[in-house]
Amino acid sequence: MSEPPIPPNSRRLSKFKARKAPNQKQATSAMIASLDSEGRDTITAPFGNTLAELAEHRADIVGLSADLSKYTDLHVFAQAHPDRFYQMGMAEQVLMSAAAGLAREGFTPFATTYAVFAARRAYDFICMAIAEEALPVKICCALPGLTTGYGPSHQATEDLAIMRAMPGLTVLDPCDAIDTQQATRAIADHLGPVYMRLLRGQVPNVLGDYDYAFEIGKAKLLQDGTDVLFISSGIMTMRTLDAAKALARDGVSCAVLHSPTIKPLDKATILKQAAKGGRLVVAAENHSVTGGLGEAVAACLMQDGVTATFRQIGLPDEFLDAGALPTLHAQYGITVDAIAASVKTWLKE
Amino acid sequence: MTQATNTRLSNTSLARRAWAIRRHALLMAQVQGQGYIGQALGAADLLATSYFHAMTYRADDPEWEGRDRFYLSIGHYAIALYAALIEAGILPEDEIETYGMDESRMPMSGMAAYTPGMEITGGSLGHGLGIAVGAAMGLKRKANPAFVYNLLSDGELGEGSTWEAVMSAAQHGLDNLIAIVDFNDQQADGKTTQALARGSQSAQWQAFGWFAQEIDGNDLDALVSAFDAARNHRAPCPRVIICNTTMCKGIPFLEEREITHFVRVEADEWTKALAIHDANKPE
Repeated sequence: MSEPPIPPNSRRLSKFKARKAPNQKQATSAMIASLDSEGRDTITAPFGNTLAELAEHRADIVGLSADLSKYTDLHVFAQAHPDRFYQMGMAEQVLMSAAAGLAREGFTPFATTYAVFAARRAYDFICMAIAEEALPVKICCALPGLTTGYGPSHQATEDLAIMRAMPGLTVLDPCDAIDTQQATRAIADHLGPVYMRLLRGQVPNVLGDYDYAFEIGKAKLLQDGTDVLFISSGIMTMRTLDAAKALARDGVSCAVLHSPTIKPLDKATILKQAAKGGRLVVAAENHSVTGGLGEAVAACLMQDGVTATFRQIGLPDEFLDAGALPTLHAQYGITVDAIAASVKTWLKE
Repeated sequence: MTQATNTRLSNTSLARRAWAIRRHALLMAQVQGQGYIGQALGAADLLATSYFHAMTYRADDPEWEGRDRFYLSIGHYAIALYAALIEAGILPEDEIETYGMDESRMPMSGMAAYTPGMEITGGSLGHGLGIAVGAAMGLKRKANPAFVYNLLSDGELGEGSTWEAVMSAAQHGLDNLIAIVDFNDQQADGKTTQALARGSQSAQWQAFGWFAQEIDGNDLDALVSAFDAARNHRAPCPRVIICNTTMCKGIPFLEEREITHFVRVEADEWTKALAIHDANKPE
């Protein structure tokens, strides 16, 4: 009797991608790409500059990074306050634990890395050392959702789902430079732990054109409309605002409700807007359609008995491709054109 | 505050403290028929040395800013720390009978929100030393001369996060951090030295830039010398005391049990253990 042979190593479910003809039109997206390709006014390093400014008056603010200060704009703070910056090295677990220890001693630590590394690698340390003890650590993470073409290792398409499930954690997805500046100030004052998605580098200024003020736990109506209600967060609010303009040219009137706080969700405002009726409700997020803003909104409506035709714009529940960001955004349907086209289709259904 | 500091006791008194810690732990274990008594008996001497020789604290003000911090990362050692906190007067002795009960301030696994003197929530292993790194940084920023002690287990040496913290403490020159490793060579599935903790522990920590001492963790004279050396060492580096201990120390019939991570003790054996313990009360 011989042992059965070990099967060959091809027994996995997925196969390699089919090779396509090279596309010379798009340059490869740099991992550190900022979103200045939107062709708008921009503000430089809104997070880093705001934090450096806050720290002038707040001796309790300290910064820590796991070898990504330059790529999370924390280097601006580090240059302004070198003695208050801790380079923790490429060690995300101790980044979070040490931030917890500093918070225990009365400091307000801002810990930065990429969203994938905080959400996936350091989860237990955020959960047990920070959230379970309700310590005021601010975890600020770059490369949210699909903002890099580097592939799944760097694309945090499920960070909101992961973080939303953590008790006691406030979860934020700001839209632009204005939102980032205001949210940075707000979380510095907030007593509990926070996870904030970070836009770095040259960050578009969009909300400066609106009568808008960021508040933790509040969704804000940026514009009203009668046919469609967009409920969006993060960079998708820039896109829903532009899609609303494009749709208006075709006679479709869209409201845009910006919900930068994913948790605690502003259920009252969302229900009030959705209950108005007669509008297609479209949740839009730079995140997997699983477990993020869209599902949070859907659950909120269901639990309150608000019935609406509901659709989601977001990233598919799969590991995404590598490539240039504009190509990928079009491929996954989160460009302004794709949003407008989806809405038109849904309105005809 | 008159209770501001520890009183430097003789080794005889420390022996008495360690004896009392073991007795508190045996009584708590009897309440629940609890199996982590082995760790409590093994760690009683290093806890006695921490709380009655090395550390500065105020029993009536467990959050006093000037206290030395004691971080227990091994949540299941809670029974041992409760015993020490009771002996130190931080927890009242009459709460022993609530150990592990609903609504008790003394849950089976140590949690900061439940118990005065339990500084951190342990249990998920490999967390304590990293938190201690941040606290030690914070104390330095505040020019607070207190020490941070972290009691970790040999099993935690298998967690990668422990070594992130080891490197970090050395990198940041945290001379106010004292790690105490309870090396009893037992973890859930068997011997720690047959899992990941191989070779000379003191050599490994030294290689990472720590001032390392390796001692018999059930020898009070050795413990006192090591804690003194750790506190008084002059190089700007973190310190570790690797304490080789015997699980169930002091109760011979339990010491001999083969599997001691979670000791099976029959109901009638608690009385026998207490009788043996009480017969060995030091002066």
